[in-house]
Amino acid sequence: MVIDVAVIAFAQMPNVRAETVRNEVEMLMPVIADVRAKAGLTQADIGFTCSGSTDYLSGQAFSFVSTLDGVAPWPPIQESHVEMDGAWALYEAWVKLQLGDVETALVYCYGKSAPGPLHEVLSRQLDPYHVAPLWPDAISLAALQARMLIEAGKATEADFAEVASRSRRNALTNPNAQLAWDTAAADLLAEPCLVDPLRRSDCPPITDGACAVILASGDRARALRQRPAWIRGIDHRIEPMALGLRDLTVSLSTRTAAERAGVGNAPVDVAELHAPFAPQELILRESLGLADHANVNPSGGPLAANPVMVAGLTRIGEVAQRIMDGTATRGVAHATSGPCLQQNLVAVLEGED
Amino acid sequence: MAEIQIPAVLEGKELVRSVRTPARMEFLYTAGVATTRFLTGISEGKILGERAPGGKVYVPSRGADPQLGVPTTEPVELPHVGTLVSFCVVNVAFYGQGMEIPYTSGLILLDGSDLPLMHLIQECPVDDVRIGMRVEAVWVEAHELAPNLESIRYFRPNGEPDVVVTQPGAGVTW
Amino acid sequence: MPKELVAVVGVGQTKHQATRGDVSMAGLVREAATRALADAEMTWSDIDAVVVGKAPDFFEGVMMPELYLADALGATGKPLFRVHTAGSVGGSTAIVAAQLVQAGIHQRVLTVAFEKQSESEAMWALSMPIPFQPPLHAGAGGYFAPHIRSYMARSNAPDHIGILVALKDRLNALKNPYAHLHEPDISFDSIKDSMMLWDPIRYAETCPSSDGACAMVLASEAVADRSTKPVAWVKGTAMRSEPTMSADRDPVLPRGGSDCAADVYQQAGITDPRRQVDCVEMYVPFSWFEPMWLENLHFAPSGEGWKYVEDGVTGLDGDLPVNMSGGVLSSNPIGASGMLRFAEVALQVRGMAGDHQVPDARTAVGHAYGGGSQFFSMWVVGADKP
Repeated sequence: MVIDVAVIAFAQMPNVRAETVRNEVEMLMPVIADVRAKAGLTQADIGFTCSGSTDYLSGQAFSFVSTLDGVAPWPPIQESHVEMDGAWALYEAWVKLQLGDVETALVYCYGKSAPGPLHEVLSRQLDPYHVAPLWPDAISLAALQARMLIEAGKATEADFAEVASRSRRNALTNPNAQLAWDTAAADLLAEPCLVDPLRRSDCPPITDGACAVILASGDRARALRQRPAWIRGIDHRIEPMALGLRDLTVSLSTRTAAERAGVGNAPVDVAELHAPFAPQELILRESLGLADHANVNPSGGPLAANPVMVAGLTRIGEVAQRIMDGTATRGVAHATSGPCLQQNLVAVLEGED
Repeated sequence: MAEIQIPAVLEGKELVRSVRTPARMEFLYTAGVATTRFLTGISEGKILGERAPGGKVYVPSRGADPQLGVPTTEPVELPHVGTLVSFCVVNVAFYGQGMEIPYTSGLILLDGSDLPLMHLIQECPVDDVRIGMRVEAVWVEAHELAPNLESIRYFRPNGEPDVVVTQPGAGVTW
Repeated sequence: MPKELVAVVGVGQTKHQATRGDVSMAGLVREAATRALADAEMTWSDIDAVVVGKAPDFFEGVMMPELYLADALGATGKPLFRVHTAGSVGGSTAIVAAQLVQAGIHQRVLTVAFEKQSESEAMWALSMPIPFQPPLHAGAGGYFAPHIRSYMARSNAPDHIGILVALKDRLNALKNPYAHLHEPDISFDSIKDSMMLWDPIRYAETCPSSDGACAMVLASEAVADRSTKPVAWVKGTAMRSEPTMSADRDPVLPRGGSDCAADVYQQAGITDPRRQVDCVEMYVPFSWFEPMWLENLHFAPSGEGWKYVEDGVTGLDGDLPVNMSGGVLSSNPIGASGMLRFAEVALQVRGMAGDHQVPDARTAVGHAYGGGSQFFSMWVVGADKP
């Protein structure tokens, strides 16, 4: 790429099980105000705005329309919306900044998972003719994937418990986490299965949340932020949805995206992976070439808070934050969408020393 | 593209044209802080707008000042009268409506507010409805008041002389 | 850094109709996509990335349906992107796809927009009972009809202007084999006598509800230069959004639309759109939006858009033809409606618009809008390489 683009600010609302007082726009406004303040920008300074959300969580058509008022789009702004996780909204903004017409972008996303029956809502994503009529829920699909991982000899239930335990322990240092506790993997393993072979601790919480990022390009980023988190590579790939058409024990789309984003070009200090279910972290580590990496999901990851449509951009924000505050130099962020890791985005972020 | 061949075993069978997949999901909506204030007012027979920090008064407010992107916080009790700034006459029974046809759907700018709300105009023959007409709210009986806009049954002419309507924002008078 | 050039090298669309019961959702998008690929003389494997757009997912009852459509769209192992910007989405989807080429990220991008409204209840999708929202007493037309009345009052436009627009668009549609509505017997009187749904909007002045899809292949300069057919060079793209609930906005002549047009003309070097643009496809779901958008997009002075209609300026043989394809009034697969506007003007400058071709169209404008007249997307395409 010719134009360098960086994350210069990140903000999120504390993740909660259910936000029952504020509506979506009310929930978003403080987050957007916070991210702008961190970047030292007003909406008038922002060249492009892009958001991610889905009507199916809100239970109403055109739900993103009324949240737009929260960014103060007046005079009229250059703006777009994706029916995808906010990580892809960031991708669109990154493309826009490549064109050189604008130098700053606001990216935001929100998701209230609590208002509807989340696992049934997600089943509405599936093939509408053959699969959705069976109403398979999200946990059962993840359990199928976990079962295949075990049968292939690639992981054990104990491995899942290690991921579950470490994630919640990491979350103890994350003030925005929803689930944080310190329980040994062996104790988790002693619990009964929720959907065999998954235990409740292998599954993410149901979360309402929102987050926002400001991107800036080139010298503008340097002027606004002492240590911007430069996006050195970003790519996303998709696979067929049908579970029978792919090997669920690997993530080929993650592997391709990681290669194109340049994950393996240099050592990685930190990785934030959008693995809603514990076994998926193992699959992603393998596909990213981070199988034995020490510092994965220091925030606790989606097992500590899983706001649908938000958890992916949060991964980018968590990595960027660590680069901006100088605790990391090179990080990998990952976002996913669709059943059993169908679609994946990988970004490599770096600080300049 | 190659033509798709129907296998011999299916020849002569009736084609499956469609599958019916009923889906029912229940959502618990959160009205939000500003809407809660408005609806609480309605259930007490009051119309509460909100003054945005930018100065404009919105009714009902969804909570955001679109000029500044900050919450609207200052409730403003509005009179139950306003001006019809535009309207249409509806001649079809739309989904779920038990209205007598034709009826008028109007954009009503309440006195002291800056953005019109949409509501029914009744007690006025459709041919007499006009832009600039002054109207007042007709409420349900006190014991029927509930936290929704249907507590205002409709608006009707209040007998005041018509006024000249200024288009919000554009400064255009016609 | 100058942007890379991008051109439309392939266009495809389905036959639009009320119910395309002969195809699944996947079949519908493939029908448009395979036609675009054939036009581009490409195969699925030539495509680097796929960008999908559609309006609310409740229209089909499938959440984020592009996930299920990934393999039908040949996206396996490739990037697949989904845009949703309300009614303007077909246009903004094409713009996102174009930017992937302009940024030098991809060489050949397939973009597809669709709606299969027959698969769910569109009225249900649009009017879910949200307990605390003001009751919508009159459906979508009931939202826009008062704004049309405001326009009529402001501009002193006579009542028959809407009828003239509807007649022109439906007659144009007769020349477009893909159009949903083919009404050979349509006449001024038949429109005038059609039911007054939302006075001042008559039934025959409203858009239909259609199943349909549109697709385009967007390509880099190197690829476009090798095309054996004429291509449509993208000379400018723009999007604007404005608030839903704002006292400052004018829903009749929205500033977002005006700003969007000014931006895209500036990029394309257009200083006098009325003279320099050969034809326009604009998003007109109710007939009166044609004169409103003529003013909003700077083709006509304020208050005079309706005179262009009355004088026949916007007819297929006028000097600023509008909605040569028959427009949204003749085919309305909502999510695809914006892309159909963008695609039609690409066909026009390529000289491939068939019976509804404007002779020697060199520069053309595509426009889409959505929400409560608050989301806008536009592009300018030209026959001549920039």
